[in-house]
This record gives sequence, structure tokens and C-alpha cells, in this order.
Amino acid sequence: MTAVLEAAGLGKRFGRRAALSDCTLTIPPGKVVGLVGPNGAGKTTLLQLAVGLLAPTSGTITVLGARPAVNAAQLGRVGFVAQDAPTYARFTVADYLRLGAHMNPAWDNELALSRIEALGLDLGQRAGSLSGGERAQLALTVAIAKRPELLVLDEPVSSLDPLARREFLQALMGVVSRDSVSVVLSSHLVADLERVCDYLIVLVSSRVQVAGEVDDLLAAHHRLIGPRRAERSLPANQLVIEADHTDKQSTLLVRAEDPILDPAWTVEPVSVEDLVLAYMGRAAAAKRGRRNGLEVQR
Amino acid sequence: MNRGNVIQFYLDSRSGVAPYLQLVHQVRRAIRLGFLSAGDQLPTVHDVVTRLAINPNTVLKAYKELERDGLVGARQGVGTFVAKTLSDASVAAHGPLREDLKRWLAKARQAGLDEESIEALIWDTFRSVSGQGVA
Repeated sequence: MTAVLEAAGLGKRFGRRAALSDCTLTIPPGKVVGLVGPNGAGKTTLLQLAVGLLAPTSGTITVLGARPAVNAAQLGRVGFVAQDAPTYARFTVADYLRLGAHMNPAWDNELALSRIEALGLDLGQRAGSLSGGERAQLALTVAIAKRPELLVLDEPVSSLDPLARREFLQALMGVVSRDSVSVVLSSHLVADLERVCDYLIVLVSSRVQVAGEVDDLLAAHHRLIGPRRAERSLPANQLVIEADHTDKQSTLLVRAEDPILDPAWTVEPVSVEDLVLAYMGRAAAAKRGRRNGLEVQR
Repeated sequence: MNRGNVIQFYLDSRSGVAPYLQLVHQVRRAIRLGFLSAGDQLPTVHDVVTRLAINPNTVLKAYKELERDGLVGARQGVGTFVAKTLSDASVAAHGPLREDLKRWLAKARQAGLDEESIEALIWDTFRSVSGQGVA
């Protein structure tokens, strides 16, 4: 099957600043992909490259087997919800549906209207007078009514209160289970993504730190707790992502495809949040060039 | 016979147990305790994901595992149904056993054990006894 997104050596610079560097990814279809990283990591840049709002400075990217935004057909296959969409505060709900219908040949007006009704929105209401949660739901409605094969959502829930956040993700998962659409969504909060994603990309300082199926990533990462010990004494197939040492004890988060056999370690599973934070911490430490007592592995 | 949904799933995000396993455990427990019996329908994948805001594959994975264990069966286009009643005769013994446990718990509290110590003691004993049972 065609990859939903394929990037090879993809990079984007704004003047001298690298917003995305050497990004190589293959995302299989049918996934809900979480793109996580701190603010300014390059998440928006990657998503805008995927929908064709930006052109790469280097490398290549294909989405659903074609160049992003290469023609009207390709535009119709990808639904995009930008950060803080919808943009036009003076547009009414009805205006948005009309706009969607005009711009998309496959527009499903029945779906759009039934969702608006289920949300309890008034067609005459202006986008500027909607609550944050309602605005996000309107943007999602417009994006799914074009019947896309891929939904790209840039920080869709970050500005929402916990209830609106939950309601948005409930609606999104409903769409995924019914229409088997692929989704890529970004967030700087792991908790938003932990339940909904089955594929994870951690992006820090313009670089992909780790990417893969959540189940595979969780199976390949372990927390090791044991008597204090130098990281370089570990077998070569155990990559240390995070290390914490006291005088007597070492606590390591390692990536290892093979089982950990050393009886000196207590081996514990890691959560998605542990994993993301470990990679973020490692990238931040590498950036600071910190080397006092803590070996930074690349 | 379809008696509609009789189980409502919940997720404990702090438990550290994978979400799909939490769903599996909840169904197993409900069957074991007699809350679910043969013919009862599990919620549809769509129902579960729109309630819990979780990935549909999580639910599918849980249902597949339950199916593999022969506890539920999928009927194409209809839904997933409980295939087995585990409790049967043994469920009648639950009441008296629960009373025994309550008495034991009261005794443990009187002896000054807090909840964590009680839990630890139960698990430790359970493990060592079931270990002997196997050997």
C-alpha cells in the first residue's frame, strides 16, 4: 500500500534558520500519527510541507504517493486544519460550509450539516462568536466533509479546555473508526496524543528523534534500575536515551530490540510519556552540549 | 439473544497498563463475575472510541485478543458478542467467599495494616500459593 507520507532528506530553511533538517520518514496508511515536540521544534513546518503550503529547501516529500498540492485532485485528498483555524472571524458557519462546497468536488454537505446539528451550532453564527471548542469542531467538520483520505491537524486541541479537548478527540476518533481515514496531528502535549495515536513521531530542534508504531516503540524501550554503573559498560545493542545516577543506583531508559538479560537490572516498561520526555530531554541536552557527568549519545 | 450493551469501559491513564489490556481485563472480569454472559453484546468499536476518545485499533486489538481466547465472537456486520459464560456454578460461591474476605480484611485492619500493606500481603501470598499449585 502507498505510504501516507514519505519524506527523504527533507529540509526547510527560513533564511539561516533550519526549521526542519534531514527528515526521513515513511508513514504507513491507516494510522493516527502523533507528531510531538516542544514549541518551535518544526512541527508546523513539517505539516505545512505535507499539505503543500511550504516548498522544501532540500529533499523530497510525497503524500499519498503524489507531490503535495500538485493539483486539485491531490488537494481534495488531504484535509488540513491549521493552528487556530477557522481563520475568518466574520464568516458564519453557513459561509464556511458554502466555501467548503465550492472548493471541494467531493464535498459531502449532508455530513457537514448533520455534524453542525449534532454540535448544536447555528448556521447564522459567526466563527468569531463561537467558543474555542466549537471553532475547532467547525474546522474539523469542514476538513472531513471534503471526504479526504488524510487529515492533517496542527495543534488542534492545544488551546482548548479539557472538556472541549476530550470532545474533539472523541469526534476525531469517531471519524477514524467510520471512514478509515489516516490522521497526522501535532501537539506539544503528550497527554493529548497518548490515547489516540498508534504511530508516534518525536520532533525536537528541527530533527526527528524517533518515529514508529507506538506498540513497537513501547516494546523496544525499557527502564533499567540497578546498582550504579557506567553507561558505556552496556552491550552495544542497548542505546541509552536517558540516564539518572545517584551514588548507588543507576536508572536508565534504553532502546533495545532484544530482551534485557542482565540480572543486575530490574526491567520495567515505559509509557508513551516517559518515552517522549526521554527523547526530548536527550535532544535538549545535546543542544546545550552539556557533558558534565552525563554522556550524551547521538 | 441481544440484550444490548451491558458493559461500559473506562480507562485509567495512570495505571501504566496498556489501554487495550485494560479493555481485555474489564471484559474478562465482567465475564468471570457473571456480569456478562453468553449472548451479551459488547459495545461497537465506534461506541467505544467516541466515548473514551481512543484509537479504534486499540479496541480492535482488545476484541481480537478476547476472540482468540474464545471468550467473544464477532458476527459480521452485527457486532461482537460474549461466547462463553465462565461463572456458571462457581459464581454461587462468590457470596460466602466475599464474606470470608471481608472478615479477613477487618482482621488485617485491626492488626494495624494499611491498604498498601494489605494489598502487598494478598499479592505475595497469592503468588507464592499459586506458584506451589503449579509445581
